Amino acid sequence: MNAESFSADFQILRFEDVSRHFGRRRALAHVSLDCRAGEIVGLLGPNGAGKSTLLAIAAALMTPSAGSVRYGTMTAREGGAALRARIGLLAHDLHLYPELTARENLEFFARLYLLPDARRRAEAALARAGLAARAEEVVSSFSRGQRQRLALERALVHDPRLVLLDEPFTGLDDEASRTLVARLGALREAGAVVLLATHDIETVEGLVDRVAVLREGRLAALEAGPGALRERYRRLM
Amino acid sequence: MRALFLPTILLAAVMFVAAPWLIDGAPTESTMGFVQKIFYFHVPSWMVMFSAVFLCGIAGAIHLFKRSAAADRVAAASAEIAAVFGIIGLITGPLWARKAWGVWWQWDARLTSALILELILIAYLLLRRYGGPGSEKLASGVALFGMANVPFVYWSVNVWRTVHPKTTVVPSLGPGMRGTFWWCSLAFVLLGGALLAARLRIERLRARVDELYLER
Amino acid sequence: MRAFVGIAWLVMRKDLTVEVRSREIVYTTLFFAVSCVLVFAFSFVRDGRALDHAAAGILWIAIAFAGTLALGRAFERERQSETLRALLLAPVDRPAIYVGKLLGLLALLAGVELILVPVVGLLFQAPLLAHPYLLAALLAAGTIGFASVGTLFAAMLVRSRSRDVLLPVVLYPITVPVIIAGVRGTAALFQAEADTPMAVAWITMLAAFDAVFLTLALWTFDPVMTE
Repeated sequence: MNAESFSADFQILRFEDVSRHFGRRRALAHVSLDCRAGEIVGLLGPNGAGKSTLLAIAAALMTPSAGSVRYGTMTAREGGAALRARIGLLAHDLHLYPELTARENLEFFARLYLLPDARRRAEAALARAGLAARAEEVVSSFSRGQRQRLALERALVHDPRLVLLDEPFTGLDDEASRTLVARLGALREAGAVVLLATHDIETVEGLVDRVAVLREGRLAALEAGPGALRERYRRLM
Repeated sequence: MRALFLPTILLAAVMFVAAPWLIDGAPTESTMGFVQKIFYFHVPSWMVMFSAVFLCGIAGAIHLFKRSAAADRVAAASAEIAAVFGIIGLITGPLWARKAWGVWWQWDARLTSALILELILIAYLLLRRYGGPGSEKLASGVALFGMANVPFVYWSVNVWRTVHPKTTVVPSLGPGMRGTFWWCSLAFVLLGGALLAARLRIERLRARVDELYLER
Repeated sequence: MRAFVGIAWLVMRKDLTVEVRSREIVYTTLFFAVSCVLVFAFSFVRDGRALDHAAAGILWIAIAFAGTLALGRAFERERQSETLRALLLAPVDRPAIYVGKLLGLLALLAGVELILVPVVGLLFQAPLLAHPYLLAALLAAGTIGFASVGTLFAAMLVRSRSRDVLLPVVLYPITVPVIIAGVRGTAALFQAEADTPMAVAWITMLAAFDAVFLTLALWTFDPVMTE
C-alpha cells in the first residue's frame, strides 16, 4: 500500500444534515459529521442506531431523504462511477460468493474494479489475509473468522480512499484482531479516510482518533478519542 | 385549485343527472337498437382511464428520474382513478356484449387489451401496498413499463383476434349522437378530474402525517 | 464501451460458474418445466389426441413459469450475501451489471429450452424440424423479451417484502404480448401447412418489443436500484 495510490483524492468526507427514513421509520436524523484523510473515525451506537444506514449512504448505495454527502466538493451523483472506485465497504453481510473459491472471489472483485493486474492483487490479498493455503477452497467451507478476513481483503483490494467498515472485528480471534488493527493503522498512515462502525468499544479503544456516537438516528456525541472511551460511552448510553 | 373542486363535482353531478334524458333522446342506432346506448358511458370511462394511465406513466417517470415526491403522489392517485374507471369500462363492456351478441365475453381485441392494462394497474397498486418501504420507486418502473406496453398489447391482441371472425362493430357516430356523446364525455372527465384532485389531496395529507410522525 | 461489455461478460461468467458448481437452478427449473408440461398435457389431451395448438400454448406457459422460478432463485442467491449490493458498489456503469445478469439468465433458459422443446415435440408430435430456424428465432426473441423485463423486475424486488409473489404479479401482465406472440407464432409453425408469413410477423413484433424494453430497462436500472 503506497501513498501514491491516494493522491489526487478527496481530503474530507462530509455529512451535511443527513436524514433518512424508511416509510415511517426514522433511521437517521440531522447527522452532520466530517471525516478527514489520515483519520479513523469510530461510529458507535447500539443496534438499530443507524450506523449501517450511515455507512450505506457514505458508500453511495443509498441517497439521503434530506441533507447531502460530499466527498471533497463532489456529491455522489457528480462523482459517479469514478467515485465508487475510491470507496471500499466491508458490510455486515460479507459480500462473498459462497460457491466460489477464495481466489475466485478476490479475482472477480479485482476485475470488477477494473484493476489491470487482478491476478497478482488477488495473490497478494490472499497472503495478507493468511489464506494462501486455502486459496482454492470454496468460501462456504470457511469459518466466520476466515470469511471476515477474506471479506476485508476484498473490500480493500482496489486501494480505496474511503474505507467503510461495519463491525469488522466480528468473529476474529485475538491474533486476527491485532492484524486488523495494524492494517487500519497503515491505512491511516497512507492518508485514507476510515469510518468504522461498531457497538463493541473495547476493540477500538486506542485505535480511533475520534468517536461519533449515534443513538436512535441522532448524533448524540462527537468526541476526540482515545482514552477512557468506555466510561464516556457508558455515561452516554 | 381547491375552490374549483366543489363547482366541478356539482357540475359533474348535474351533467350525470341530465344524461339519461339526453341519452334517451338521442337517435337509436340501427343495428343494435337500444342496447347501443350503453356506449355513451362505456367509451367516456375508457377515455378517462387511458388519460389516467398516461398520467400515471409520465408521473412515474418523473418520480424515477427526478426523485420528485409530488410526481409520485400524482402517479399513485391517477393509478387508482384509472383502475376505478377501468372497472366501469370492464363492467359496461360485457353488459353491452351480452345484450348485443348473447355472450358476456367475446375476446374482443379492445376489451381484452383493456383487461390486460387493468391487470397491470392492479399489479402496480398491489406493489405499492405490499412491497414495503421503497416500493414507490419500483412501482414507478412498473408504471413506465406498463405505459410502454400499451401499443404492444393492443397490436398483439388485435392480430390474435383477426384470425377469428370479426364480431366487433363499433358504431360510427351519427349526427344526433355526437352532442350526447360529448356531453357524457365531459361529465366523465369532470368526474375523473374531481376524483383525482380529491385523491391527490389525501396523498398530500398522508405525506404530511408521515412527516409529522418522523419529526417526533 | 469496452469496459461495459467486459463487466457484463465478467458478471455473466461468474453467474455461470456459480451455477455450474451447484447446478441447483438448472436442474430444478428443468424438472419444473417438464412437470408443468405434463400437468397441462393431462388437461388438454383427450383420447390420446391433444387439442389443436395445445403444444404451442403448453410450451410457452412452461417457459414463462420456469423462467419466473429461475429469476426468483437467481436473485435470491444474490440476496443471501447481499452480493447484489457489492455489484452496485463497483465503479462501472450500472446497466452493465443488468446486462451481465440478463446474459446469465438467458444462457440458463436456453439450456432449459434445449431440452424442453424436444420433449414437447415428442409428447405432442409437433413438427419441430419443419422450420427449425424460424422456431429458433421465435424462441430466442420471445425468451429475450421475457427475460429482459423479468431481470429488471426481479432485481428491483430483491429488497422488497412479498417479493416471491410480487414478481409474477408484476411480470405476467407486462409480458402478455410476448406470450401471445410466442404461442401464436409457434402454433403457426406447428400447423400442418405452416403459416410462415404469420410467424415472421410475430418474430418482428417480438424484436420490436425486445428493442423497446431492453432500452427501457437499461435506462431505468440505475434509478430503480438506488435506494
